[in-house]
Amino acid sequence: MSSSASSPPATANSAPAISPGHYTFPEHHYLNNGKTVRSWLLTLDHKRIALLYLSVVLVSFLLGGIFAMVIRIELLTPGPTIIEALTYNRMFTLHGVVMIFLFMIPAIPAVFGNFFLPIMIGAKDVAFPRWNLVSFYLYLFGAILAVWGMVNGGTDTGWTFYTPYSTTTAQGVLPVLLGVFVIGFSSILTGLNFIVTVHTLRAPGITWFKLPLFIWAIYATAIIQVLATPVIGLVAMLLSAESAFGFGFFDPARGGDPVLFQHLFWFYSHPAVYIMVLPAMGVISETVAAYSRKNVFGYGMIAASSLGIAFVGFFAWGHHLFTSGQSAFDAGAFAVISMLVGVFTAIKVFNWVGTLYKGAIAFTAPFAYICGFLFFLVFGGMTGVALATVSLDIHWQDTYFVIAHFHFIMVGAVIMGFLAGLHYWFPKMFGRTYHEGWSLVAAALIVLGFNATFIPQFLLGNAGMPRRYYEYPERFQALNVASTAGASLLAFGFIIIAIYLGFALLYGPVAGPNPWGSRGYEWMTPSPPPTENFDVTPSYEHPPHDYTDDAVDDPGFAPARTT
Amino acid sequence: MNDLLNNDLLRLMLFLPEQASTFAVSVDRLHYFVITTTMVASLLVGVTAIYFFFRYRRISETQTTPLVHPTVGFEVAVVSIPLALFLTWFVIGFGDYAKLANPPPDAMDVYVMGKQWMWKFAYPDGPNSVGVLHVPANRPVRLLLTSRDVIHSFFIPAFRLKQDVLPNRYTETWFQATKPGRYQVLCAEYCGTQHSKMWATVIVLAPEAFDAWLKEQQRGLVARADILADPDMVSIQGNLVEQGKRVAMDQGCLRCHSINKAVNDTERHIGPTWLDLYQRPTKLTTGATIIADEAYLTESMMEPNVKIVFGYQPIMPSYQGKLSGPDAAAVVEYIKSLRSDASELQPVKGPLYEQLRQ
Repeated sequence: MSSSASSPPATANSAPAISPGHYTFPEHHYLNNGKTVRSWLLTLDHKRIALLYLSVVLVSFLLGGIFAMVIRIELLTPGPTIIEALTYNRMFTLHGVVMIFLFMIPAIPAVFGNFFLPIMIGAKDVAFPRWNLVSFYLYLFGAILAVWGMVNGGTDTGWTFYTPYSTTTAQGVLPVLLGVFVIGFSSILTGLNFIVTVHTLRAPGITWFKLPLFIWAIYATAIIQVLATPVIGLVAMLLSAESAFGFGFFDPARGGDPVLFQHLFWFYSHPAVYIMVLPAMGVISETVAAYSRKNVFGYGMIAASSLGIAFVGFFAWGHHLFTSGQSAFDAGAFAVISMLVGVFTAIKVFNWVGTLYKGAIAFTAPFAYICGFLFFLVFGGMTGVALATVSLDIHWQDTYFVIAHFHFIMVGAVIMGFLAGLHYWFPKMFGRTYHEGWSLVAAALIVLGFNATFIPQFLLGNAGMPRRYYEYPERFQALNVASTAGASLLAFGFIIIAIYLGFALLYGPVAGPNPWGSRGYEWMTPSPPPTENFDVTPSYEHPPHDYTDDAVDDPGFAPARTT
Repeated sequence: MNDLLNNDLLRLMLFLPEQASTFAVSVDRLHYFVITTTMVASLLVGVTAIYFFFRYRRISETQTTPLVHPTVGFEVAVVSIPLALFLTWFVIGFGDYAKLANPPPDAMDVYVMGKQWMWKFAYPDGPNSVGVLHVPANRPVRLLLTSRDVIHSFFIPAFRLKQDVLPNRYTETWFQATKPGRYQVLCAEYCGTQHSKMWATVIVLAPEAFDAWLKEQQRGLVARADILADPDMVSIQGNLVEQGKRVAMDQGCLRCHSINKAVNDTERHIGPTWLDLYQRPTKLTTGATIIADEAYLTESMMEPNVKIVFGYQPIMPSYQGKLSGPDAAAVVEYIKSLRSDASELQPVKGPLYEQLRQ
């Protein structure tokens, strides 16, 4: 233990007053196996790569959040407030691109997926550890390129890059497109890696139907990543060729078709919503079982609906084009297909609520996020189906209703899932626990703040305020002020989390292998896990999250920490 | 009861603007139904979760729980109930959408052109305007929309109406306004720095008042000097190029400017050819290169000797005062129509509109 003097966990051991747990920090684990910068930057350990991702993802989230606050402050008054129109247009582009491509798409799969997928299936690492590192550096490089391009060239197209605006604007879009292109490769490689890992590296005893539901979700996500991401790469290439060399793919003045761009863009970007949401659903499946000490109700239905969403998600893109002049038949077909996504989601919701039935529920921070998740998913999901109800979309299309809807379903779900996962797995990843009270305060602030931010935006959309408006008619001001107030609550919640988790990282009580008494497979190893993931080869006699009488004494799981 | 149907209470609670078209009334009715069922479903899920939470609180850290699996009946129910509900929404909503996609044959036509950052309106039989659209109440009005530059979206919240406006393509939609009054038009598709200021007004007049207005407009047509000041709109009707050609002949422009390609120097005319002139990078005697756009072409008619094309003499007389604003615009449109390559960039003519009619 003395050997880890420079690593965070060791410092904590010198403060025994606040670590009263019955466990001591493991001597050898992945965090102290190599302390040089080089050992981190060139690591092939999936857990360290996950932490590299985590650090970049958090920086991206901070950036995207700052841009969001600038937008919200600007919208406090109907006229110009703190920035001018062009800066505002750049801000919402930055906010969209950073949050979607740099935060939400990699957040859960690349961080928790990387960290827990091999551990949950009893593997020592992913199938291709080197590719795993390559995909991190592709992501980092793409992220830097995109952010540099947006700051330097000041892209003002919005994250949707609609043509012909994007090919005629005086602001540079090329670096951002290249950034998105490069990040796409990172996403594809991660997806491939995960698919191969799940197929080939499952430990003896873990059959397909004993896979934790998080794995099913990540697996379904990986399929989308591999199949849909090439299309965004293609679109970025076509658009780059058009803006750099004047090809006329999308520019009507040169015989192109601007609506073709929208079809291609949404062919990726709609499934991309599920790249973001499915992993969050996977986290919820794990945590809802762990905190209600119950097997997941309808395991098969949840697993199947993940694949179902991944499948029908490919055929729903046209619901973004109801007002673009597409035929009524197309609109109807896309509407019905979109509703199937709603049905699959409903299946999951009912099964999660069913999991609580006859459970043993503990109200913790992750559980608070589960509640938030269920609310955002049900309300956001049903407003999504409402948007797919074609006639209603005519009024809502391109208004704040759409903004509020996708922040509920996509951002709400991802952030709830990410925070639930972070709080659930933090002890496993870092071997320490955090302050329970503060975590509940922050969770309450975030769930309330999220509602306070976006419920006014639903109403703004009803009232008819279009999105991407720098100035707006005065009748919209009250709701905008309400939304900004909500956003500051939200920001405050995140600051609290940063403080207590930062503190826990250094000084938190030692967690022990299984602080929650969970029966998820990842809790069969020490916290933090050793580089090889397991000191003792675990055996998998019971399905994950089996809390019945004969499974609860499974010697593979350490008893819960008693403090 | 009638109040309940009109449901102003729900409308105000949802912050919906007033209902000023037939579509607004029917779409709002579906809106109330959808939002009510959404609220009820969210509430049911929430209440069930809260009930389970209190009923099944954790008693000990080592508590065991039974394995519970859903029955087939439950599985069928969770699939079919949401599906039935969503399809009900769809059937109602798609009916309304299909109506919107099929304008009544007796609808009055208005052309709408979006450009950064204004809306222009033109009626087939004459008057046009920027930023103000006059329509009659209680009569169907069909809009034929196109864009001059990037994609815009024509949005009237009070009518619950929105239609994207695309360059080089016509889209259509229609409405029947129900209440005389003024309603705001907003651009809903992001189109640049002034996107949030790309507004216009729809003025709904009582049918008789509208007929009187239209008559007034047509009577004043000849007298209004600015009627052709906006070539974009009139060119939709395909007559501006013809007019420009006539003006060019009458004024003797074609004595010095050719309208075909100069094969060699001996064939070169006194002035530069008009063929492919529009948008051509043109070198001036000063050494600078400019693009021959509408502004340059108009300037060359009015003050021809300010910018002389390299290789030509400053001999052209000024047409200031000889060409009216509309005539000058018509000549510019004529020049724009003279392309050696294909049909691109030509003003859109009747046939495209005729296709839309069918």
